Amino acid sequence: MGAQIDKIGIRTGMWLFLYSEIILFGGMFVLYAAYFHEYPKNFAESGKELNRIIGSVNTVILLLSSFTVAASITAIQRRAKKLAISLLTFSILCGATFLTIKYFEWGEHIRQGVYPNSQVLQNGPPGNNIFFGLYYVITGLHGLHVIIGMTLLSISLVFVLTGRVNENHFSMLENAGLYWHLVDMIWIFVFPLFYLVL
Amino acid sequence: MDTQSTERTLSFYQTPSPPGMKGIWAWLLTRDHKRLALMYLWAVIFWVSIALLIGLSLRIELMWPGGTIMKAETYNAMFTLHGVIMIFLFVIPAIPAVFGNFFLPIQIGADDVFFPRLNLFSWYLFMFGGVFAIISLFSGKGFPDTGWTFYVPFSVNTNTNVSLTVTAAFILGMSSMLTGLNFITTVHRLRAKKMSWMQIPLFTWSLYSTAWVQLLATPVISITFILVMLERFLQIGLFDPSKGGDPLLYQHLFWMYSHPAVYIMVLPGMGVVSEIIPIFSRKSIFGYKAIVYSSLAIAIAGSLVWAHHMFTSGISDVSIFVFSLLTYLVAIPSAVKVFSWISTMYKGSIQMTPPLLLALIFIYLFSVGGLTGLLLGAAGTNIYVHDTQFVVAHFHFTMFGGTGFAFFAALHFWWPKMFGVMYNMKRAYIASILTAIGFIFHFIPMMILGLMGMPRRSFDYLPQYATGNFLAGFGGFIIIAGVGLMFTNLFLSFREKKAAPDDPWGGTTLEWMIPSPPPLHNFTGIPDVKEYPYDFRSVGKTPNSTTTGEADGRTN
Amino acid sequence: MDQEESAVQTEEHPHVAGYGELFRIILALLTLTGITVAVSYVHLGFFNVPIALFVASVKSSLVLLFFMHLKYEGRAIKVSFLCTIAFLFIMISFIFWDVAFR
Repeated sequence: MGAQIDKIGIRTGMWLFLYSEIILFGGMFVLYAAYFHEYPKNFAESGKELNRIIGSVNTVILLLSSFTVAASITAIQRRAKKLAISLLTFSILCGATFLTIKYFEWGEHIRQGVYPNSQVLQNGPPGNNIFFGLYYVITGLHGLHVIIGMTLLSISLVFVLTGRVNENHFSMLENAGLYWHLVDMIWIFVFPLFYLVL
Repeated sequence: MDTQSTERTLSFYQTPSPPGMKGIWAWLLTRDHKRLALMYLWAVIFWVSIALLIGLSLRIELMWPGGTIMKAETYNAMFTLHGVIMIFLFVIPAIPAVFGNFFLPIQIGADDVFFPRLNLFSWYLFMFGGVFAIISLFSGKGFPDTGWTFYVPFSVNTNTNVSLTVTAAFILGMSSMLTGLNFITTVHRLRAKKMSWMQIPLFTWSLYSTAWVQLLATPVISITFILVMLERFLQIGLFDPSKGGDPLLYQHLFWMYSHPAVYIMVLPGMGVVSEIIPIFSRKSIFGYKAIVYSSLAIAIAGSLVWAHHMFTSGISDVSIFVFSLLTYLVAIPSAVKVFSWISTMYKGSIQMTPPLLLALIFIYLFSVGGLTGLLLGAAGTNIYVHDTQFVVAHFHFTMFGGTGFAFFAALHFWWPKMFGVMYNMKRAYIASILTAIGFIFHFIPMMILGLMGMPRRSFDYLPQYATGNFLAGFGGFIIIAGVGLMFTNLFLSFREKKAAPDDPWGGTTLEWMIPSPPPLHNFTGIPDVKEYPYDFRSVGKTPNSTTTGEADGRTN
Repeated sequence: MDQEESAVQTEEHPHVAGYGELFRIILALLTLTGITVAVSYVHLGFFNVPIALFVASVKSSLVLLFFMHLKYEGRAIKVSFLCTIAFLFIMISFIFWDVAFR
């Protein structure tokens, strides 16, 4: 019985799981595509109500966190444990910041009466209702995945601290990283579709 | 080779994994793919039995016009229940989760799947999904009455337990998806050293193709069911025309999974048949590569045709044309397989056994089902038969006549290997023939009724449909008798304890080279991978079914 | 597990992404983000959407190839990833056979 761990196999399994996540969000993008085709003007009009700057900040935050996660893996591979810990912690904080910003964004819209099945949306053009319906579902689902990603990164951080993740065994961190990059990639598409549609 | 030694290695029943587990924990916490396969088997047999009885009650209700044994609302819940259980708890999981789990690692010379603990988790998801389904049956306003397709707007507005049931289906989908993930990784990373891609047995190839569909298509139904729940709770309006939504988009998303799902259902069944036909023709499979490529082609093409379920829903004429054309293309690779099987048997030395009989019944019934699919796939005729009993007949011919009988065939084929005992052949033949006869008497009337215009999912019907429904009911009873006899016969093998040899059929794939039942790690030495998986030259002409445990003249 | 006997290679020397390479990629990503936001202020009518999606695809590809090491993975992962995207593409585009011709 070989004690060798098949790292490629483990990574392959993770990539396969990511494919399923891509298709999961893909279903929402199908709806977006069909509805954008049906309501181009309403989508543009509604898109203006989303703050481009906030959206850009959130995009930058996630991109930076992807960078630091990737760098943390390099750090682990090069036995720079302290650096890895700092980078990972920064990544997790980026996730928390993203969610906080999102929380306030949503809060503002809800305060203005723009939320699923609200009077404002019921009374307005149907295309606007669809835009915001998609917005809440997609960013909500994305936010859930940010939370999951942060959890995986936190577990990896603990494993780095305890030495369970090290230069010879870092599949946990690698796979958590892959998940995090996926979360980042989904936002890379969500951002222009909702904030830059004008 | 260890088959020569007189001392038999311990079977996997005697060696739990992880080691040291006792009693029921040796099963509930097992990492052994073989134990997991058996745990799936008992669950799946439970579910199919329940669903068959529900089906019978539906047909008893339909035997006479008007209310017979249930109210209309109950009828709606019953056909939904029948569909949900059959599809999500039997037809989709059965062959991959039972026989795939048991035999895929063995067929490629591995000692387990790549992610054994994930495999255990998949089983728990399967069981939890079933529990959720049971809860949704006995709580609140009862089981959904929407049909297993949960079309909006009814599924969003009805006050029955839609959310619980789609949650159950969501969980079952996750189980299916993770099994697919596991199988793909296993086939890529754990093949025996000498086994290249074109030496993999066809059952494993079919599971590999299926696994890709399980992995990529299932998330579509996951998001669809999430949206149904969100709509029920938040009334967002994504499918509600009064709020800007389009109900057809629900149908598109639903069928984007559910059409590939029928290939998840049938591909493994075809894989079983591809194993059975060569062995009992004592001849290598005709067109190994053709079958491999056609499996992949079915998986790919099957994801291009979903809207043929929607021809009468209001989609554009352009899409009707496109999807109808693509649907006809999918028929081609399936036909390739049927030709390959028949060609394999041509000039072979046919050994009749229960698995072969069941496989032949599969070929016949599935072909009939496939042909009725042509009527449905052509847009013009589809208008006539959509939502009639004709559709019901079509999918029962393919899913029951097809996958159902393939499941029965797999049971009879691999039973001696899994349990080390042989069942009574005569009772097996009678049960198989009885089920097939019952099937034909049950579903052919439905084809005719459908062509006469009888709608599906309808508690009551016009007087001209009474005779057909009455006759179909008899077929239903015969099916139950046949399947009942079949399962009883198989279970009696545990009582009668007729020991089965390691290789009762004279096979060439790796599972027949190891003891019945197999030891914990499947192989006691390095698996002897043949250059070609269906090489019958070295095995000899007649299968050895009377000796027990002796080497049967195989050369190394 | 017959790892020693397996035909499959286990990873002796996994690829290490250099800090410099990663840094160049994040710079590119931030630049592209800036570009796509800037372009959104210019009214190109219909073309705003394909351009934005194109930039997003480029950004995504950089994340995939370099942060996720896809560039250095084996053929199985590369091909299967493309198949996933192909399926996604079919899902979205085939909808238009219906929606665009009603």
